[in-house]
Amino acid sequence: MQKLGMGQAVNQALREEMHRDPGVFIAGEGVGVSIHVNPMLPTHGLLEEFGPGRVKDTPVSEAVIAGLAVGAAEAGLRPVVEIMFNPFFTLASDMIVNHAAKLRYLSGGKSRFPLVVRIKSGAGFGAGCQHSHNLEAWVAHCPGLQVVMPATPADAKGLLKTAIRDDNPVIFIEHMGSYFAPPMPVPEEEYLTPLGRADIKRKGRDLTVVTWSGMLGPAMNAAETLSREGIDIEIVDLRTLTPLDRKTLLSSVEKTGRLIVMHEATRTGGFAGEIAAVVLEQGFEYLKAPLRRVTGPDIPVPVSPPLERFYIPNADDLIAAVRELLP
Amino acid sequence: MDVSVEKKIQLLETMIVSRKFSDALKQLCKIKDKIPGMMIVADGQEAVGSGVCGALEPDDAIITNHRSHNHLLAKGADPKALMAEIYGKKTGCNKGKSGTLHLAVPEINAPCTTTVVGATLPIAVGRAFAQQYRKQPRVTVCFFGDGAADEGSFHESLNLAALWQLPLIFVCENNLYAGGQRYEEHTRVTDMADRAGGYGMPGMIVDGNDAPAVYRAALEARQRAVSGNGPTLIECKTYRWGGHSETDPHEYQPRDEIKAWRDKCPIRRLSEALLDQKVITAAQMAQMTSQAEGVVEEAVRFAEQSPYPAPREALEDVYT
Ligand SMILES: Cc1ncc(C[n+]2csc(CCOP(=O)(O)OP(=O)(O)O)c2C)c(N)n1
Ligand SMILES: [Mg+2]
Repeated sequence: MQKLGMGQAVNQALREEMHRDPGVFIAGEGVGVSIHVNPMLPTHGLLEEFGPGRVKDTPVSEAVIAGLAVGAAEAGLRPVVEIMFNPFFTLASDMIVNHAAKLRYLSGGKSRFPLVVRIKSGAGFGAGCQHSHNLEAWVAHCPGLQVVMPATPADAKGLLKTAIRDDNPVIFIEHMGSYFAPPMPVPEEEYLTPLGRADIKRKGRDLTVVTWSGMLGPAMNAAETLSREGIDIEIVDLRTLTPLDRKTLLSSVEKTGRLIVMHEATRTGGFAGEIAAVVLEQGFEYLKAPLRRVTGPDIPVPVSPPLERFYIPNADDLIAAVRELLP
Repeated sequence: MDVSVEKKIQLLETMIVSRKFSDALKQLCKIKDKIPGMMIVADGQEAVGSGVCGALEPDDAIITNHRSHNHLLAKGADPKALMAEIYGKKTGCNKGKSGTLHLAVPEINAPCTTTVVGATLPIAVGRAFAQQYRKQPRVTVCFFGDGAADEGSFHESLNLAALWQLPLIFVCENNLYAGGQRYEEHTRVTDMADRAGGYGMPGMIVDGNDAPAVYRAALEARQRAVSGNGPTLIECKTYRWGGHSETDPHEYQPRDEIKAWRDKCPIRRLSEALLDQKVITAAQMAQMTSQAEGVVEEAVRFAEQSPYPAPREALEDVYT
């Protein structure tokens, strides 16, 4: 099987969908001519393959990039637009939050907005808080938006293809660390991965770790370390935050009786709180111990290497939390 | 208006320090794990920061963007504190929190450097409003790139600043590129300064590689602002010699274009003029250069010898 980085998997999904459906186009800052020339990046080579009619480099104008997607989607195209870094989502947010998310509802279900907003996200590059700020909880808070955060290249490919074919807006957040992580197997053939379905990336019986995106790696490493001591961790990769796969979440907690939610985003108001609430409402009786969150602290992501390392949750943080919960 | 010899020498000195500072960074950022983040310099654009800040008083403010080093040095930031911050050290001007892209130096009235393109403009509106509100005879300068003029914030800010006649100078540093896009690939307007009229403020076009010309334009705009006659948009036409950042191979920039602009080096231009006019001697020029090198070497030494912040210092400065 081919091995790809996440950017390459996204690239393959974009190519396949653009070949399949002439209504699919991409737009954003540097999606064609980029200041980063690297085959590991998601839009590499698309301009050459599909031309400037379908690969639209835009000015630095996030509001109209998002609005372009909204208007074009209503007219029947399938835009896949890119917001360069998660914090710049704020400039596009009126179009996404007040329009992409709401216009179908406002039309009484008559209009459709089949659009995808791809957003690059994640800390670990020394770029600081105006480039590294995970805002998935903001978008997950908006009814009308589906929030997808793949952790593996294979999931990224299948989920993005589904997202492009979906008739409702999808916010598709890619962790930049995954672009440059060691390539992983990705099926060559065409496949669609459903939205709203979590994936158990590791089966275990002692404790459930729910995570997504860039934190899957550290969580798997922690589980590996703990398995040498006979501690058996189950890892649920959420893949889509909304719609949320409550069934997989609750049945895992029912089995293990213990829950830790791990995400890179800051703590207060983070999506771990939503997971916790669902489990407390619908699975309280399963819990043998209090639940724990392993998250970024409530600070903007700092630049200095020791400070940024302090910010990013790691396997050791997760192991410490596991030890608190397991007797 | 004639620019005095002393002023010209000062503009030149500032530009040379900026260039040497950048030269050091371009080397340092290639060393693994030396400098965190993306390195963005502004070689060839030194006349903009130097000329504009040369026209300001210490109490005037600047708000600058991701390409800030020249502006901050020209405004009088301490090179040691900047360099240490760029290294991510505890002794940096922001204790390692901001790094190269968000250097905040409130001590010299450069309170905010933002990497969010277009974000300097609304903040500058607020800073200028405070000056007007307090009836201070001061101005705020807002630096931004040609690309930033495509953000909605540009339009909202120019409109409000003109409406309220704020003491503000909008300095569009048009370096002909916004990321990988050439100027005419991102806007139809030939001169960014033309947009000023649409908001009811004067627009000026100035050769951005001519430091005394930039200085004169800024002085005129400053005079207008402090006399209560509102904002000005100054478009400084210049050129980005390198890629967007130091890791950008910038194949999209024609090599002969780069060469042509290198020939218009703002430092060489002013120094040659001063030498021709026999205002300075070659020896003085050499001395200025070695002085600047000394300043930068000292800054690098200071940064190298400084400690990193302790990890838990990350938690400080959020709420106070
Ligand atoms: C809101 C926002 N969008 C995109 C970016 C990424 N970005 C950083 S600099 C830049 C180009 C800016 O061009 P210009 O304003 O001309 O400034 P220059 O880099 O030429 O100095 C872009 C797109 C950003 N930092 N902020
Ligand atoms: Mg520019």
